[in-house]
Parts: sequence; C-alpha cells; structure tokens
Amino acid sequence: MSATVNPPIVFTQDELGWVSWIEPLPETELTERHFAGLVDRSRAKSEYFRLLVRDPEVLEARTKTDKDIFYNVADGLPRAERELAAAATSRYNGCIYCASVHARFASTYSKRRDDVQRLLDEGVKADLGERWNAVVKASVSLAATPVAFGPDNIEELRRAGLDDAEIVDVINGASFFNWANRLMLSLGEPSK
Amino acid sequence: MSTPDIIDTLAGIKPGSALDAIRTKRLQARENAQKSYLSLFEPIDAGDVSLLERAAVAAFVTGLHGETPVASFYRDKLAATADGPRLVEAIELEIARGKTSGPYGSFPAGPLSVENTAGLIFRVSAERKSALGARLVAALEHAHLLVFRPRDAASDDMQALLAAGWSNTGIVTFSQLVAFLSFQVRVVSGLRTLAAVNASEEAAS
Repeated sequence: MSATVNPPIVFTQDELGWVSWIEPLPETELTERHFAGLVDRSRAKSEYFRLLVRDPEVLEARTKTDKDIFYNVADGLPRAERELAAAATSRYNGCIYCASVHARFASTYSKRRDDVQRLLDEGVKADLGERWNAVVKASVSLAATPVAFGPDNIEELRRAGLDDAEIVDVINGASFFNWANRLMLSLGEPSK
Repeated sequence: MSTPDIIDTLAGIKPGSALDAIRTKRLQARENAQKSYLSLFEPIDAGDVSLLERAAVAAFVTGLHGETPVASFYRDKLAATADGPRLVEAIELEIARGKTSGPYGSFPAGPLSVENTAGLIFRVSAERKSALGARLVAALEHAHLLVFRPRDAASDDMQALLAAGWSNTGIVTFSQLVAFLSFQVRVVSGLRTLAAVNASEEAAS
C-alpha cells in the first residue's frame, strides 16, 4: 500500500486521495450500526470514513454537525465564505488534503478561483479584499493555540458587513476545521 | 433535553438570548455537537478507551489551551471520574510543562519548507510515568502533537500508540476526542467573545 502513496508537497485545488496509516474496517464487516454512523451509505467506499466508523456514534454526530454548519444555507453566511473559513483554517494548520477539498468548494461557490489559489500559494496573509481578509483573519485567530480570537475580530467582521448570525457561521466553520484537520493530518496522509 | 447543552453552558448562552436564537438556526449542528460530547464522555462502549483515559486526556488538552471555563470544566470532570482525583495533580504538572503556542511543525520537504516552524516536542516527565501508565503517557504525548503541531503527525506516531497498547478503534476514539475538544474550545471562545462584545455595547447604550 505504501508503495503507491505519492504525497503532495504544495497546497493545491486538485483532487487528492487519502491513505490511512492504521486499519479501516473492511466493507464486508460493516453492520447497520456502522451504516448509521456513516450517515451516507456511499461513504463505505471511503477509506477515511471506514476508519472513523470504528466509533460509529462519534462519526454520526460529527458528520451531522459538519453538514449543518456547511450545507444549511437557508440563512446566514454564503456557502463560499464558510468554505473560505475551512480552507483558511486548513492552510494555517497545514492540512493539505482538507485545504484542497475546501479550496475547491470556495472556488466553485465564489467564482474567485485565483483569489483562493493565492490563499493556498501565499498563505493566510494574502490580500483578498476586506471581507475575505476579515474571514481569513478570524479563522486564523480561532485556530491559534491558545485561541487568539477577540473583540477586534468581531469588529472587523462587522465592518466587512457580517451580522451576528453570519459571524457565528464563521466561528462554527473555522472551529469545525480544527476538528477535521487533526483527524486528516494524524490518521493518514494525502496522495496525488 | 436531559443533559444541558454543554457549549451553551460553557459559553454562558442563556435561553431566550439573541445568541440562543442564532444557535437555534443551526439546530442540527447544536444537537450533534452535544451528541458528539455525549458519545465521547458517556459512550455506550468504553472498551477501547476507558472513562478515566477520556477524562484525563480532556483535562490535559483543554488545559493546554489556557485557563478557560472549558479547562476548569474538564479538570472538574477528571476529579469527579472514578480513580480520577489521583491524576489531577499529575495532569496539571504536565500541562504546565507542555504549554506553548501553536500551530507549529514541518511541511513535506519542498517549497513549503520555508514555513517550517520549530517548537516543543513534548514528552511526559520521567517522574510521572509510573503514575500515569504507558497508555496515558503515549496518549498525552500524542495529544500534545495534535494540539500544537498536527502537521508533524506521521505513521510512526500511530505505531507508538499501538506499541503502548492502543487498539485501532481506541486510536480512532482518542483522536476524535482530542479533535472534538479542539473544536469545542474554539466555538465556546468565539461565542463568549461575541456575547461579551454585545453585552458591553448594550451597557454603553
């Protein structure tokens, strides 16, 4: 298995694979309890989800948290900027795999592929305009340990036009990727 | 709901407040962040990671983020866990030894290497290894990596956990626990900050 791994050495919007360092459950061993944890049955094809499904209750709750934070766009922050928060967090923490997925989504929903690529190439200090800069800076402040997010971040987000509900979407989206990045980075590796 | 919402409790969000209304718009996220907490700390099966291990790792991880309401919540939780009180001091001492600023670490060799940042590689103190035991020693060392330098993680780190007696399933649950807390600490911090800004504006108007 390791012979076929070809890890990327730069941040990219290309589609990447992901290879586990420990044993995922074989598809043949999945029970209904596991399928409940996967939420979408098609995720049984993914090595990552077949690994996380070793604890199905946590995976199910994690997946449903994720989906509501990013896909529930009835109100609040536009999807593109939720994805920007995810991509910026991943860029700052160093998760090349997560950054690739969410940079692609940010590009798709914003139609600003070049700006997204500058975030990946130049890093979180890239100048992407007032509104995106405020979202990136808030995400980075939240990702720091100890957490560096403060009233200045709220003020910047408001000045850029975000209301409190949208600010909560930034907080949720950026915080969630501190969860996702740590799993993706530590349980396996990306492969081109 | 039988257990009060843990994020609302730690962030000080009161029923009927503006932030309560905003969180209600993401009800599935709110309920499942709560279910994540419950499935990690009140699991239906604690066979691969004991309740004591979960509480000890949680106290360590949240303590590494600084003295916050979340850290004191999990320190109290460890003290209230069976056999936990004997570990509280050891965990506190290891938090003091492990505190630093992140994220740091190395990228894959190549153009990103200029962004590599050196920092503490945490190892549990020799004098506390017997009190903590081999499994928790390995867990705290890996948890420190996950908190501060997740991009340094390598397959050898998985081997170290397996060698210390962690199962594949135990590693998944333990990793989820550290990663979930990384989320929870930040959501609570963000919401508290927003609530505090709004409260000071109300007081001023």
